[in-house]
Amino acid sequence: MSGLDLIIFLVQQTMTFAIPLLVVALGGLFAERSGIVNIALDGTMIIGAFAGILFMHIIQASYTGQGILLLSLLVAAVSGIVISLVHAFASINMKADQTISGTAINTFAPAFAIYVARMVVGVQQVPFQNDFLIQKVPVLGDIPLIGPMFFQKAYITTYLGIVILVLSAVVLYKTRFGLRLRACGEHPQAADSVGINVYKMRYAGTLISGALAGMGGVIFVVPTSVNFNATVSGYGFLALAVLIFGQWKPGRILFAAIFFGFMKTLSVTYANIPVLSDMGWSSDIYKMIPYVATLIVLAFTSKKSAAPRAEGIPYDKGER
Amino acid sequence: MKDKRLGNPLQRQGVQNTIAAIIAILIGMLVGLIVLLFTDASRAGEGMMAILTGGLTDLKNMGQVLYYATPLIMTGLSVGFAKKTGLFNIGAPGQYMMGAFAAVYVGVKWTFLPAGIHCIVAVLAACLFGAIWGILPGLLKAWRGINEVITCIMMNYIAMSMSNVLIRAFIYDRAKNQSFRPDETAELPKMGFDKIFVGESGTPSSVNAGIVVAIVLAIVVWVVLEKTKMGYELKACGFNKDAAKYAGISEKRNIVQAMIISGALAGIGGGLNYLAGAGTGIMVADTLAQQGFDGIAVALLGMSNPIAIIFTGILMAYLTVGGLAMQSFGFVSQVITIITSVIVYFAAFILFFSQIIAKFAKGKGEKQNANAEPGDSGQAPPAQPPTPPTEGGEQA
Repeated sequence: MSGLDLIIFLVQQTMTFAIPLLVVALGGLFAERSGIVNIALDGTMIIGAFAGILFMHIIQASYTGQGILLLSLLVAAVSGIVISLVHAFASINMKADQTISGTAINTFAPAFAIYVARMVVGVQQVPFQNDFLIQKVPVLGDIPLIGPMFFQKAYITTYLGIVILVLSAVVLYKTRFGLRLRACGEHPQAADSVGINVYKMRYAGTLISGALAGMGGVIFVVPTSVNFNATVSGYGFLALAVLIFGQWKPGRILFAAIFFGFMKTLSVTYANIPVLSDMGWSSDIYKMIPYVATLIVLAFTSKKSAAPRAEGIPYDKGER
Repeated sequence: MKDKRLGNPLQRQGVQNTIAAIIAILIGMLVGLIVLLFTDASRAGEGMMAILTGGLTDLKNMGQVLYYATPLIMTGLSVGFAKKTGLFNIGAPGQYMMGAFAAVYVGVKWTFLPAGIHCIVAVLAACLFGAIWGILPGLLKAWRGINEVITCIMMNYIAMSMSNVLIRAFIYDRAKNQSFRPDETAELPKMGFDKIFVGESGTPSSVNAGIVVAIVLAIVVWVVLEKTKMGYELKACGFNKDAAKYAGISEKRNIVQAMIISGALAGIGGGLNYLAGAGTGIMVADTLAQQGFDGIAVALLGMSNPIAIIFTGILMAYLTVGGLAMQSFGFVSQVITIITSVIVYFAAFILFFSQIIAKFAKGKGEKQNANAEPGDSGQAPPAQPPTPPTEGGEQA
């Protein structure tokens, strides 16, 4: 592989790993900015991926095409919303410890996916046909360098992820809704005193996070596997890490997702990269690269945490 | 507390929490029954009976409950202890795996140690490795202000690969793709349990001294938290770190201390599990230890109270053993996981349940104490006493 081809290959791979992290971390961003800690991202991804891939599995018997992927994403988003309703009810109405219901959902999701898969498909794995890879986007794919990097051998989900990033940033920082949502995460009492319905905003934040995490499940599974086996390889937890690494800000989250995606790419494609393969380490050592690199970067770049101030604290109207 | 004087047990926080936990368990069982009915209505009754009684059918199964409970109590203590001090130790899986490796390494390699000493050294090694894995998130949080959740998640994945590397390098059983089994002298003593917990066919349970170690450590953790200055300071930090700082308590030292202890507890859990003499080595695989994550559920269900964690750990293990019995009626083991998750979910409603119970108790209490002074009946707040170091005050 020539140097240029290698770089193009690495960029393509990085996108595959970074986009699901980006989308799910943005989901977490909406929940946490409204004041709800969503540790259930992993479980929500699993539920979303399961519903989406099951839908794909069933519908692919009679149809093909990119439209199926988009429909599956929609199914995943809806199922993500449903499961996050469960989290929202406990966290908002019941004023429960938010890590508990999150943990419950993380425990529930894989068991539920396996159980239903066995009932519906007969086996634990839900297979699907991956015919969604776009070899080359017309016109854009012909641009030198940028074309092969971003518009060849790509999935439609990559562009969707970028659209979601831009939309998230606009919604959070340029709309009245976004301002109110952030206010509920920083100082719900103050928000309430100016007439914002804190419960409603927190529901909104949690449900948006469910939709994005659900979609993130499908976005993760489609390029990396040929079936769904009740796991997203802990990507929900990594997305949580990306959210914290990204200091709860969309731009930094993009950076954190790409950084992690690139490190992950190095750890799985090391055999193709001369400098790394020369080290001759065992594959397990390469697997540690993304995690060790993240720790090192965090240790040197950390400053005061920018976590939303009222994050994780149930809002009680009667308490001032 | 004033509640005790009133004499109504329903007004005591501990009793309220226990009743709330029982309600959560009942709801979990109900959901389990619905799932079973949905799967195969004709055998659902038998399946449910198997779950409920599976852990009690014979002495061997009763022993197995204690055997499965051992690592769960330890990881539960690890998560619960950290939570009492205001930290969320999601790194228990990694600490558990490093502890497991250390114990098995000593168990396989240090055969020069005499029988009685060997297993103690192995457990201490597990303790040490778990603590080492816990110290880094603690240091990074204390001195660099990095959220312990992110560092713990990273440490989990590093532990997963690190344990594979170390096993392959030192104690690899190529034929089985797992580590060698610890030497017999490193196995935990049976303490006569293998004579008591024997099945009908004569096969003994795997239960061993590990469960005793776990229960003793739970009591030690309780004593440290409730009766010592160190425990008071740790909890004060967890309750209100600014107030603690103002009172002259070093927050940084406390964070590191809490993570070391927390990691050590999870590490011991890994060690006890693999020194049980149940005939298993550590699998070489790219998965995180489930016992670590289960510990989160055990701790949360027990409201991070070390004594309650003994019982919630045993409860989870009981469901596991009942689940094995249930599978013989053609149900998949995931039903148990679904039940567990529902119980944990409704455990989150403990505050809500206990408020209802308190309201109920208060209503009754007022009638009984008609002569009580007017201001007195309002003196039993259902939750969250304002003083920091009381039991059950960790909700915030």
